[in-house]
Amino acid sequence: MSRPHLRSIEELGGADGILELLDLTDHMVEVNARPMPKVPALRGRTVVSLFFEDSTRTRMSFETAAKRLSADTMNFSVSTSSVNKGESLRDTIETVEAMGVDAFVVRHKSSGVPWQISRWTQASVINAGDGWHQHPTQALLDCYTIRTALGRPSLDGLRIAIVGDIKHSRVARSDVEAFAALGASVVLVAPPTLLPPSIEGWPVEVRHELDGLIGELDVLYLLRMQRERMTEALVPSLREYTACFGLTPARAARLGKHALVMHPGPMNRGIEIAVDPSELPGSVITQQVANGVAVRMAVLFKLLGSGTGLGSDT
Amino acid sequence: MSSLVIKGGRVLDADGERVADVRVEGGVVTEVGAGLSGDRTLDASGCYVSPGFVDLHTHLREPGREEAETVETGSRAAAKGGFTAVVAMPNTEPPHDSLAVVEHVRRAGERAGLCEVAPSGCITMGRAGEQLAPMAELAAAGVRLFTDDGNGVQDPLVMRRAMEYARGLGVTLAQHCEVASLTKGAVMHEGSCCSRLGLPGWPALAEELMVFRDIELARLTGCRIHLLHLSTVRSVELVRAAKADGLPVTAEACPHHFTLTDELLASYDPVYKVNPPLRTAADVAALKAGLADGTIDAIATDHAPHPSEAKEQPLDQAPPGMLGLETALSLAIGELGLDLPRVVALLSWRPAAIAGLEARHGGPIAPGRPANLAVFDPDLTWTVVPAKLASKSRNTPYAGRSVRGKVRHTVYGGDVVVLDGEAQR
Repeated sequence: MSRPHLRSIEELGGADGILELLDLTDHMVEVNARPMPKVPALRGRTVVSLFFEDSTRTRMSFETAAKRLSADTMNFSVSTSSVNKGESLRDTIETVEAMGVDAFVVRHKSSGVPWQISRWTQASVINAGDGWHQHPTQALLDCYTIRTALGRPSLDGLRIAIVGDIKHSRVARSDVEAFAALGASVVLVAPPTLLPPSIEGWPVEVRHELDGLIGELDVLYLLRMQRERMTEALVPSLREYTACFGLTPARAARLGKHALVMHPGPMNRGIEIAVDPSELPGSVITQQVANGVAVRMAVLFKLLGSGTGLGSDT
Repeated sequence: MSSLVIKGGRVLDADGERVADVRVEGGVVTEVGAGLSGDRTLDASGCYVSPGFVDLHTHLREPGREEAETVETGSRAAAKGGFTAVVAMPNTEPPHDSLAVVEHVRRAGERAGLCEVAPSGCITMGRAGEQLAPMAELAAAGVRLFTDDGNGVQDPLVMRRAMEYARGLGVTLAQHCEVASLTKGAVMHEGSCCSRLGLPGWPALAEELMVFRDIELARLTGCRIHLLHLSTVRSVELVRAAKADGLPVTAEACPHHFTLTDELLASYDPVYKVNPPLRTAADVAALKAGLADGTIDAIATDHAPHPSEAKEQPLDQAPPGMLGLETALSLAIGELGLDLPRVVALLSWRPAAIAGLEARHGGPIAPGRPANLAVFDPDLTWTVVPAKLASKSRNTPYAGRSVRGKVRHTVYGGDVVVLDGEAQR
């Protein structure tokens, strides 16, 4: 029988599934605060990181999470692998699986790869970001960060704006689903060129300018603006992008007192964030990174755990 | 001279339907009537006997991509699908822009002896859209359909000159309608599905702009054009209007475009990646209506084999294309809601005329006519099993699907090349 996967937010089955993981994350935060932050919950399990695209932070976050739960970890990176020698994706998966794998943590620049991989393996597949499509653990850590920072059980009634390159963003696609599932009112803010061709069925409102909205936000979520979008005629210049959609000092001054500022990283300082984030009282950008480890521990424990609990290694 | 009698079937051709036996001798039909006998009998009870089918759009992959298909394996798939002629697309390596390649493909077809392989010719050298291919030389060698399929001819001036030149030769230009700058990196239809799935979209407009441009160029030049694998509502409307204006425009649609939609890409299975892409239910309905009212002249398969390893790549890296020869008849019977005479017209005599093959294929089943025939059971239900297909590749989107209507025998040049569903060569 094949194991459960976490490839998209949708697979968590709505608010209950998301909240269960956020509650589990609370326990992991407690584990991480122990003098010896390691539990034997996943001893004997093997987690393989399959990163076909560079991502030092997400990979380290997953590896740290797996190690704190005492799982064995293996690393597969494209630069040192036989993928460069013409091996197909399927061959790679079947070869690695033959070594005994309980979960693959997959990052790939192509949308959908975790779904393809799950057809070729019995192991759990955890999506660590696929193309423009999904990045479910990022969305979970974002939800966790918001609810912790605002001291709320869920995101009911919060006004959240996601600003920037929605079209090419897996973070946006996962966040929209997760935020909306938890009851937030989500606004996408971008020029039409940076929105998907259709948002039919998305539980969102769309705006093409930020200034009319900024004072009413509980969360301002800024996406990374990639330089290559200029050459694709999607926006005229970074300067114009910053002027219209960047968090400038003038806009920062208009944020509500309690409003949070978030970013999935890595930040383009001076572009989407044109102020020093350390001087923004509402910035929870470093908390997002810190919470990433606990959220990923919760995900690994949920998918691979055998119900032995989170007691200390004795 | 030994004789073959196809016995107990209903003969169906452009002249209508009747219960009759068909005697074949020396590669031609010698008698059509009741109670015939001969040296060998082919049982056709419960079956229709029709002119063989003609596929305007087959990728045989040889030369260059023999790991996917060869002229022989593709011909075998064609014969099993009831096709007695296929137009071989030019996007081989090297492409069909020289007499040597065209003759290689034709002769490989003759060696296989399973159906007529009619090579198309390139419109431009290397299918690069710049310099015209030697169309007169290729036309003199029998090429009737010219296309850069896989690529559309992007430059309107080059296409205009190609049309003017082709008109002088009396040949047809077939366009792969895709404005390439609008489809860079595209994986699937642009719409709500691709937006949700995070995949780059292939907008309907990229096809329709070129359909419009080429219809207007045909109006200007008087060249006969054929529009390949139409896939959108507006493309069908544009062709309908062009025909109402009396322009020399024909068009084809593929079974996958009138049976499948872009929702299937939610599986991220590259078997559903094809160019042009699977589109929406509204597009499917428009194609069916176009086939029903004659706006679209022919069903063509766009049979595009790829080896498993190519289709096991990430979706954006996997090549587009799907098999089609062995399932076309079933899908046409089962999905179009048309009566059999119209289905067979779309598969046989209409495409035969577009391909310039009407002297040998698609004609009435009558004494003196070449014996290129399909014998099919329109009610037999079967399940598509990739490993049982004759193609060298397995990339059918219909794996496991139960379909209705199956070719029982195929007669090519008077020889039984498929008997009871099994290829004889």
